[in-house]
Amino acid sequence: MITDIVIIVAAALFIGVYVSWRAGRIDRLHARVDMARAALDATLLRRSSVALELATSGLLDPATSLLLAGAVHGTRGGDRPRDLAESDLTRALRAVFSQPDFRASLNGKEGADELLAEVEVAAHQVFLARKFYNDVVAATREARRRPLARVLRLSGRASAPEFFEMDDSLVAESSGAPLGL
Amino acid sequence: MKIGITCPYSWDVPGGVQQHIRDLAEALIDEGHEVSVISPADDDTPLPPYVIGAGRAVPVPYNGSVARLSFGFLSVSRVRRWIKEGGFDVLHVHEPEIPSLSLLACWVASGPIVATFHTAIPRSRVLLVTYPVVRTGLEKINGRIAVSEAARTTLVEHIGGDAVVIPNGVATRRYRKADPLPGWPGPGGAIGFLGRLEEPRKGLPVLLKAFEILGPQRPGLRLLIAGPAADPGEVLHRVPAGLRDRVVLLGQVSEEDKVRVLHSVDVFCSPNTGGESFGIVTAEAFQQVLRGGEAGELFATGDAADLARAAGRLLDDPARRAALSAAALAAVADYDWSVVARAVLSVYETVVLGSTQVAVTASGSEFP
Repeated sequence: MITDIVIIVAAALFIGVYVSWRAGRIDRLHARVDMARAALDATLLRRSSVALELATSGLLDPATSLLLAGAVHGTRGGDRPRDLAESDLTRALRAVFSQPDFRASLNGKEGADELLAEVEVAAHQVFLARKFYNDVVAATREARRRPLARVLRLSGRASAPEFFEMDDSLVAESSGAPLGL
Repeated sequence: MKIGITCPYSWDVPGGVQQHIRDLAEALIDEGHEVSVISPADDDTPLPPYVIGAGRAVPVPYNGSVARLSFGFLSVSRVRRWIKEGGFDVLHVHEPEIPSLSLLACWVASGPIVATFHTAIPRSRVLLVTYPVVRTGLEKINGRIAVSEAARTTLVEHIGGDAVVIPNGVATRRYRKADPLPGWPGPGGAIGFLGRLEEPRKGLPVLLKAFEILGPQRPGLRLLIAGPAADPGEVLHRVPAGLRDRVVLLGQVSEEDKVRVLHSVDVFCSPNTGGESFGIVTAEAFQQVLRGGEAGELFATGDAADLARAAGRLLDDPARRAALSAAALAAVADYDWSVVARAVLSVYETVVLGSTQVAVTASGSEFP
């Protein structure tokens, strides 16, 4: 009799601890998604500001400047969805950077090397931040999909996080069309 | 006059600006002027003798869609060389607010510059952002032309300054002679329509209604309809079943076939219901038919019965049709590219007054 009660209490305790651990995990994953998203937004913002700096630097011809500025402008709350606008900026940067002898044409111009390097670093950080963000989104979505989480609604009212898909490669992929377009 | 014209868009892609430049250049050459056009173009594109290719245009997102433009230091050096070797009296740039050859030409050139603005300029803030860079180019323009009142308004609002409005011309030469489509117009006569089938302002339903009246009265009469439609079946369904086999839908047709369509019918009908600034279709149809009663028959707007009466009268009277055609040929001359070209020429003549030839400046000279 006593042993039965002990077993039941122990089992209830174990289940309670397990369920709350699972709920806590989902909660932590959601918090990580928010952090990763903030980091991704920061890298996107940084990329668009260095792209704008390049556009207005006077290093480039006016057509290229206008093209880049137009793409930056598109990422700043236009009517185009964010992912498409950011992909447009990637493609504009890629079109500029992939001109033959682009670097050579800027050789010896003051500040050119630093600015180009800054754009490349910013673009690479977007690539990294997006990868990390999508990783944690995938883990969160997987955790939410588990039967226990679904039955007990462990994720509460938080909606499932969405992947962020965009073209973020400054280098044209060898398999794709020229410039990936 | 030696005239240098810049085209911002790829020559091998069909488009309104390219077409405009082609017609303008050919009209100017016909008037005895020396014209050189520089345009982005793929290396293997066959170009008319007056066009210089500026290399392949790069597809790049601009303004929410992908445009094929020429930019970058290589384009700068090509434009510089073209201007240096051209010895132009006047430089005519098209769409200098687009990041392509025209903007570059403004940047590296000095001397008389005329600019034509074709469309609304939606991204005024972009212009502001890069203002110092772009301003240098745009400020050098001595004479500005807008192809429509709408284009002029956006120009005034977003860039400031003013422009003269010189509308597009119609290359009447191209419309004068063509082979009718095989079997057209046929012994029973034919009525033609050109335009987007589902655009209410083009008024196709009025013509279909009129055909319901005319069709049973004239057993051989056919309807030839050319123009794009999302659902051609739906259009055909509006015609009574008994008449359906006498209605031919061609879908979207090429420029050449458009002319052939006009030559394939006895009566061309433009049932436009209004609300359009200047229906280009109507201007083109002048060549075949109309001008306010003296070069074409008019009917009450939207009135199918009146249209049926007017069309019936014309179908029965070949002499009247011939007279109207002749009058239309004279009427359309006012819209011909040669007339438009003369209007553009007088802008050229104004800006070259007291000015030297077009030359290159130091801008962009650091580009090899």
